[in-house]
Amino acid sequence: MTTTQQVQHVNSPETKQPFTVEDLQMNPARSNRQKAIAGVFAVTAVTSIAISGLILWTLLAEAWVFMVNVDWASVWDIGWFPRRGIYDIKTLIVASLITTGIAMMVATPLGLGAAIYLSEYAHPRVRSVIKPVLEVLAGIPSVVLGFFALLWIAPNVVGSFSANDAGSLAAAGIGVGILTIPLITSVSEDAMAAVPSSLREASQGLGARKSATTLRVVLPAAISGIVASLIIAVSRAIGETMVVYIAGGAAQTAIYTDFPTEKGLTMTAAMASQGSGTDNVVGEGLTFQSLYFVGLVLFVFTLGLNVIASRFVNRIQEKY
Amino acid sequence: MSTASTFQDQSKLENSIAIPEMPDRETEPTAAAAPATVAAPAATTPTHAVELSTPQSHSAFEAGTAQLEAETASDEALEQDEVPAKNLVYKVNDLNVYYGDYHALRNVDLEIEANEITAFIGPSGCGKTTLLRCFNRMNDLIPTARIEGMIEYLGVNLYDSQVSAVEVRRRIGMVFQKPNPFPKSIFDNVAYGPRITGLAKRGQALNDIVERSLQKAALFDEVKDRLNNSAMGLSGGQQQRLCIARAIAVNPDVLLMDEPCSALDPVATTRIEDLMNELKQDYTIVIVTHNMQQAARVSDMTAFFSVDVASETDTRTGILVEYGKTEEIFSTPKDTRTEHYVTGRFG
Amino acid sequence: MAFGKVLDDKTSARIQRTVASSISRKGVDKKGTAFQMVLLTTLFITMLILVVLIFDVVQGGWEVLTTRLWGFMRGEIGSGTFPERLGVQQGLYGSFWIAVFVAVFAFPIGIGSAIYLEEYSRKNKFSRFIELNIRNLAGVPSIVYGLLGLFLFVEGIPFLTGPNSNGRSATSAGLTLAVLVLPIVIITAQEALRAVPSGLKEGSYGVGATRWETIRYQSLPYAAPGILTGTLLSMSRAIGEAAPLILVGATTGFLGSNPNILDVGSVRERFTAMPIVITEWTQKTNTVNEDVFIPSAAAAIVVLLVFVLLLNIVAIYLRHYFEKKRES
Repeated sequence: MTTTQQVQHVNSPETKQPFTVEDLQMNPARSNRQKAIAGVFAVTAVTSIAISGLILWTLLAEAWVFMVNVDWASVWDIGWFPRRGIYDIKTLIVASLITTGIAMMVATPLGLGAAIYLSEYAHPRVRSVIKPVLEVLAGIPSVVLGFFALLWIAPNVVGSFSANDAGSLAAAGIGVGILTIPLITSVSEDAMAAVPSSLREASQGLGARKSATTLRVVLPAAISGIVASLIIAVSRAIGETMVVYIAGGAAQTAIYTDFPTEKGLTMTAAMASQGSGTDNVVGEGLTFQSLYFVGLVLFVFTLGLNVIASRFVNRIQEKY
Repeated sequence: MSTASTFQDQSKLENSIAIPEMPDRETEPTAAAAPATVAAPAATTPTHAVELSTPQSHSAFEAGTAQLEAETASDEALEQDEVPAKNLVYKVNDLNVYYGDYHALRNVDLEIEANEITAFIGPSGCGKTTLLRCFNRMNDLIPTARIEGMIEYLGVNLYDSQVSAVEVRRRIGMVFQKPNPFPKSIFDNVAYGPRITGLAKRGQALNDIVERSLQKAALFDEVKDRLNNSAMGLSGGQQQRLCIARAIAVNPDVLLMDEPCSALDPVATTRIEDLMNELKQDYTIVIVTHNMQQAARVSDMTAFFSVDVASETDTRTGILVEYGKTEEIFSTPKDTRTEHYVTGRFG
Repeated sequence: MAFGKVLDDKTSARIQRTVASSISRKGVDKKGTAFQMVLLTTLFITMLILVVLIFDVVQGGWEVLTTRLWGFMRGEIGSGTFPERLGVQQGLYGSFWIAVFVAVFAFPIGIGSAIYLEEYSRKNKFSRFIELNIRNLAGVPSIVYGLLGLFLFVEGIPFLTGPNSNGRSATSAGLTLAVLVLPIVIITAQEALRAVPSGLKEGSYGVGATRWETIRYQSLPYAAPGILTGTLLSMSRAIGEAAPLILVGATTGFLGSNPNILDVGSVRERFTAMPIVITEWTQKTNTVNEDVFIPSAAAAIVVLLVFVLLLNIVAIYLRHYFEKKRES
């Protein structure tokens, strides 16, 4: 190493030494430090892949044990009684679909209405108040909605048209719906905000009314994002646990039902109630594994929905 | 893996070629401009993929060091009866630049001498900024960018696998189109480079560098009482001079300026142009400009670039049309395209 | 100029139809007004739900909070037979340590991933795969993370996470929730880093800064408020989350005497957390001690909401403040 990192000037002949490739190299210590740091960041980025891999492996490994050993007749039976070896998966799936359906009936009109109002009608000052309030709603933990669904919605809303004023799939569904309103609002509002204002101006410039512009120009243009918001909401609703666990009314076991005002056990609630209690997950031989089997079914549902939703989101990004 | 190894072999080849090339240049003062010397490396023109942050394997590094020692030894031998050569800073040899599939610049040959101001002019999309950003490997930051051909800086291949883009950028400063001071104090803006490159971390040494740089950039008197104020409070022209001071602070040899006055008013522009004339004493300056009058006013040499549209495929590629002394380019251009451009008939 | 591009045939046909129908209609735009009223109503209902929810909870917990707030904060989760000793200290303790684990594990790894993806990785197939993977992880239901935590931290490494509690500890819970919020941290930090102006980075590279120096001295300071917002939101998500904790064995019921909140050793013992306490007490509906537990659940919700909403409000405020500052 003949030359150091001394500064040289082309124009100062007294300091000039032959210029070599070495003059264009970084100080090795500095260079090595950069490489080490880059390596650390690369490792952190791989963590997420490791987590995905572990989730898949965990679910598949345990669910595989269940699927190989279970008596498949018990997977299509009268209800969900895992500690007695009766694992009727349709009881759980139907309950999940019922609560999700009710949730979407609540959340779709409210969430979309709020999104359209905020995006197309609201005065900027109104927006600046309402948006943070919706974000607050989004931040409320699901146990709080569970409490509210069981102790307020069940007696005051569901109880007003049915005899069951304790926990029910309907009460849980409404609670889940409330939880997903901010999600629908924020995603579909983003989609509407992405519609170029030139479209609105084109429509209004030709004399169309605001409502017509909104309904026939903005909404069709933003439809991909709106559909995506609804799919994401469905995925979120199916995966929501605490509201259905607290307000669904059933504990640990359930007889098959497809009646919304009855108590029921969703996939998520079944997993939670099986995991709770001081003795945790014990029972018949496959009780523990049944947990992972249900988890796998749930995972496939939500992953599929999320993949479809991201297709829709990509579509709107390509368009504008 | 196989491409990586041929890549290294090629760069070794270049270095070995660079040695016999030296006597040519140093015994014959005008040889640098002669096409004969260009021919040697052109024959082995390698294909370079632009490497981000130039990772080097350990073995490659060691091999490079051994080779360097040999090279340095031969340099010393040559030095004995050296006639001061013409100071060639950049030698561009059959350069092609691509962004993905887009061929941005084609077959550029160009030589730039020390302590001169060279202006790149031409219509938009002609690749002049692209070439400028190759001069300090700023294009490395664009993942799809790729070059073919050779850019030699003081006789060293800038895109050699052993060359660090970081050190290249330290030695070859850049001033950008839009003034981009850091959201820090004026002092910290200028001190940023010296601090990170280890030139001076703190204390009087750093103060001196900051003061000297600001003086060179003709900004010191305006800001000396508020060195700790935010740079964002300066006017556009002052911000651009601060950016020049920031570039100067790390002791570069070359200043690359990418349309430095395009965001400035005429008064601020004049100040920067005056400043460039002063800086020329210490630095080699390459400036990209849209403003032909500016090129005519400040530069010694002018390179005119244009867009070549291939009629059958309708693809656009930047080409270097003409390069020469500024007064010749503007008064007696050899190429009709240059003439049309400088007389305002197109572009 | 942009018009030709923006209006495809279908859209312009639609506009024409719309215009024709609008112009032919005379007088007041009754439909339009009705439409706006419907929209306003949906917004009003949403706000009303929020108000009713908050009111219901505060009203339910009012008596506990006003008469024995300090005792409630210090009390044990225990049984309903001694209502005067009932309280949430153990829940607060568990939630505190869960938050610590999230801060220690999820924040550095999440921000590091974001830095890698935004600043280091070339945009190739591998980095796109990582990004897609993170997006999908963000959509995985929280209870599935519970299954992962149960398998990995409780059943997998109990000797580390809880030698005396079969792995069912605040350590397992904290690690599980750190994994759960990791995608949120990454995505928000990526967004914040993407907003750093390229001129700032170029200025830094231009004077010979390396990638890391540019990140350290330019990108990170500029993106810090955005990253902070993301970490606050993910923290609020973590301390409000209950489902995974059930699966990793949060204790319901009696937990022994209250630990000191700074007693590090007990993070490997049996644990509970605020959302679990709330769940447990809420489920005492229709039992003998309903009158003790339901008001206590409501009071515990108020305590949890104060923490969660405070984090949210600070995060939202920070984001709006810096968005405004950036625009000016």
